[in-house]
Amino acid sequence: MVDAVVKPQGTPAPKTNRIGLTLADYKGAPSTLCDGCGHDAITSQIIKACYDLGVSPHMVAKMSGIGCSSKTPAYFLSQAHGFNSVHGRMPSVATGVAMANKNLQILAVSGDGDTASIGLGQFCHIVRRNVPMVYLVENNGVYGLTKGQFSATAEKGAKLKSGVQNELQSIDLCGLAIELGCGFVGRSFAGDPKQLVALLKAAMSHKGTAVLDVISPCVTFNNHEGSTKSYKYAKEHEIPLHELGYVPFFEQITVDYEPGSVQEVAMHDGSKLTLKKTERNYDPTNREKAAATIVEANQNKQFLTGLLYIDESKNSFTDVMHLEDHPLATLPAEQTRPGKEVLQEIMKSLM
Amino acid sequence: MKTLAADSAQKTNQGKIINDFSIQVATVNGSGSQSSNTVLMRSIFQMGIPVSGKNLFPSNIAGLPTWFTIRVNKDGWVARKKEIDILVAMNPQTAIDDVKALRPGAICVSPVELNLNKIRDDVQHYLVPFTELAAQASDNIKLRKLLTNMIYVGVVAELLDIDQAEIDVAIGRQFEGKGKAIDLNLAAAAKGREWTKANLKKEDAYYVERMNKTAGKIIIDGNAAAALGCLFAGATVVTWYPITPSSSLCETLSDYMEEYRVDKKTGKASYAIIQAEDEIAALGMALGAGWAGARSMTSTSGPGISLMGEFTGLGYFAEIPTVIFDVQRVGPSTGMPTRTAQADLISAYQLSHGDTKHIVLLPGSVEECYSLALEAFDLAERFQTPVFVLSDLDLGMNNWMSDPFKYPEKPMDRGKVLDKDQLEKLGKFERYRDVDGDGIPYRTLPGTDHPLAAYFTRGSGHNEKAAYTEKSEDYINLMERLDKKYQTARKYVPKPVLHLSKDAKVGIVAFGSSDPAILESVDQLKSASMPVSYLRVKALPFTEELRKFVEQHDRVYVVEQNRDRQMRDLITLEMPDLATKLKSIRHYNGLPVDARSVTDAILEQER
Repeated sequence: MVDAVVKPQGTPAPKTNRIGLTLADYKGAPSTLCDGCGHDAITSQIIKACYDLGVSPHMVAKMSGIGCSSKTPAYFLSQAHGFNSVHGRMPSVATGVAMANKNLQILAVSGDGDTASIGLGQFCHIVRRNVPMVYLVENNGVYGLTKGQFSATAEKGAKLKSGVQNELQSIDLCGLAIELGCGFVGRSFAGDPKQLVALLKAAMSHKGTAVLDVISPCVTFNNHEGSTKSYKYAKEHEIPLHELGYVPFFEQITVDYEPGSVQEVAMHDGSKLTLKKTERNYDPTNREKAAATIVEANQNKQFLTGLLYIDESKNSFTDVMHLEDHPLATLPAEQTRPGKEVLQEIMKSLM
Repeated sequence: MKTLAADSAQKTNQGKIINDFSIQVATVNGSGSQSSNTVLMRSIFQMGIPVSGKNLFPSNIAGLPTWFTIRVNKDGWVARKKEIDILVAMNPQTAIDDVKALRPGAICVSPVELNLNKIRDDVQHYLVPFTELAAQASDNIKLRKLLTNMIYVGVVAELLDIDQAEIDVAIGRQFEGKGKAIDLNLAAAAKGREWTKANLKKEDAYYVERMNKTAGKIIIDGNAAAALGCLFAGATVVTWYPITPSSSLCETLSDYMEEYRVDKKTGKASYAIIQAEDEIAALGMALGAGWAGARSMTSTSGPGISLMGEFTGLGYFAEIPTVIFDVQRVGPSTGMPTRTAQADLISAYQLSHGDTKHIVLLPGSVEECYSLALEAFDLAERFQTPVFVLSDLDLGMNNWMSDPFKYPEKPMDRGKVLDKDQLEKLGKFERYRDVDGDGIPYRTLPGTDHPLAAYFTRGSGHNEKAAYTEKSEDYINLMERLDKKYQTARKYVPKPVLHLSKDAKVGIVAFGSSDPAILESVDQLKSASMPVSYLRVKALPFTEELRKFVEQHDRVYVVEQNRDRQMRDLITLEMPDLATKLKSIRHYNGLPVDARSVTDAILEQER
């Protein structure tokens, strides 16, 4: 009998990823957002994506502006430096970070107010420069922290809780990003974790600006009947363009697909994105088609999700700037302060 | 061509006036006169005579009037001189007003067809057939216009007796590498000179004579000098948005960086210079870079400063180093973009909403544009805060003589940054804790591979551990520490420059580009039997020397180039007990302050 007693094993050691970290190591402080907020669902997928990829937290810089969405970097990767900057200006701060240390993986979270209104100019210019970063827009169509005013991504005809109807056309950030020449544009839904996590991983493997517009319902101010950014509306109207799969560079998996049924996209870091086609037969490498598809979907009130456009060939801003291999921030003085003879040469030329 | 001496009394009574006069050249913007004026100024400089040049230009690319003033002064006074002695009136649009503004006895060189001698006969006219001479110089109508400028250089050179060899050297330098242009310009200058020699009789007293006061000196503008400071400070991330009068700072820096900070073998740069979409983004980038550990900077002028308000507050509150150059121009609003002022003092000092006060450096010469730029980066990183360097259009865009700049002696001060090993040794890290009692906390850089390294930066309320807080005691604790840090800065910022006169009861306090005018004014006052002491403030916060200076004198005149007595008000706030001693002299017409105006204002109040 004694022999048959099974000794208590304690709790089993938690699973670890390829760099030996647990899922918990990628978590942050507890969220202070409303229960059921779409943003928290997205945060969970960020944590999962970073864990799955084996990202080193200390090499991540979490950037944000101001708003509910911009609070979320505090809720993931507590071992990464974070910067909650000013409203609508995160892109410029992120650009400076990218220049100072090009080895950092910039993970930026913004919202529809932060990006499509006060920050529209900076959004355009970071896309134009193609600063390497994930630019995640947690899009709920309203200003949450100021209690539910419409944002510029609210669809025409959408209704506030009070019944006020939006008379203005919405700004489609994905359409705009494609127009601006963005090399990675995706749209997803906080209620579609499988697709979202694949898109997040792909975005982190992209070498320029990757724009992800994720519909993230505001349970307090924009989840009612008449809202076009509610869980119910999004679930009912979501049309995935394809079934997304992501194979990281460190996993050599080959899967046999029926010929022609899957489009593979090679990411610059060696990872692979697999797009299992639907009846739409959508090709995300065709820029004109992508732009037209977005316009058409908006006209037909369709909520298309997936990878809208990808171009892995574009030079990123750090490429364009021909930066030293070592981060500028920590270059030794010998490399940043020219010698005495240089000053003498310049002085002579001014005499 | 012979004209009557208008002021022969001056000439005969005083004889020759050597190396002490001002020349004003009035031309049309965009006509290429800048090159000729530089040649004129340089050739005098090459003769060993102290000179300074000031370009008074419109906010326009071509067509509007522009004036270039050269002051030649044997004693080395380089401030703007109020009176013009020699006018070269090349611009028909302004010629009548220009000649009317002259004092009797001044000289006027002008195109014969303008008939300026009919406007006034109490100035000495030299009428020159410029059109005819230009036609002889070139068949190309477009070129004729440009060459006219070099012809007046020849005329003035002959009248003043400037060495032809020096003119030739200056032309060679100005058009370096463009052989054809050199030949054409040499010929044009010679043409002006020969015609003058053959046709004009010298009827005035002004001459240059070789001296040895410029040997080893350089000529540079303040923006280029500041750019050199940034180059040698090891700036790595530079952001800017085009704005007059600051653009040339980053443009010059860009040229220097390309030359000296790109690895010749790999072609890789030890810097990033970004032309931002606006000044808000420019400062955002600089702060992002500063946060991540780079020596970052941006350069702008008044309107940009206004736009940078919110980000400056973030930099102050979240404690992020960066350097902000403000090359001041006349405000408010668009103001007069091509005129000079010192009117951003208070707005820069307290930029942002909430309780903020910043370290502000106030260069008073091109040398200080260089050396204070170097110092600004050390202070920014030491104090983990945005540091302003307030230059102005006069200092930034005009050419000044200077001793050559000195190579930095001190190694860079990168401030309190903890690396992986230090974190391991300490076993503890709290981002906003005053460990050393000087108000300056420690920071870590993103990318530091240690579990203690990460912290969360925010512009919202935060406690010592950088966690979000809305607790009153946390907020007060933070604000008091920021104030303590600021008090610490008093001991680190550059000390004022003191010129004490024995027995002086009257003192002058000034700052920035007013310096040469004040130095000259002190000399003028001394000649008027009124010894004055002079203290030039080089930084905010004030240091103890200022209080001592005010205490030592019965009356202290604060001279500044703004309407609202901004410096005087700041001093009043600093030492209200001494406020009644403070008097104010303001100069805010958009032109650089001149010595005579200051001297007259003080004499008027003192007598």
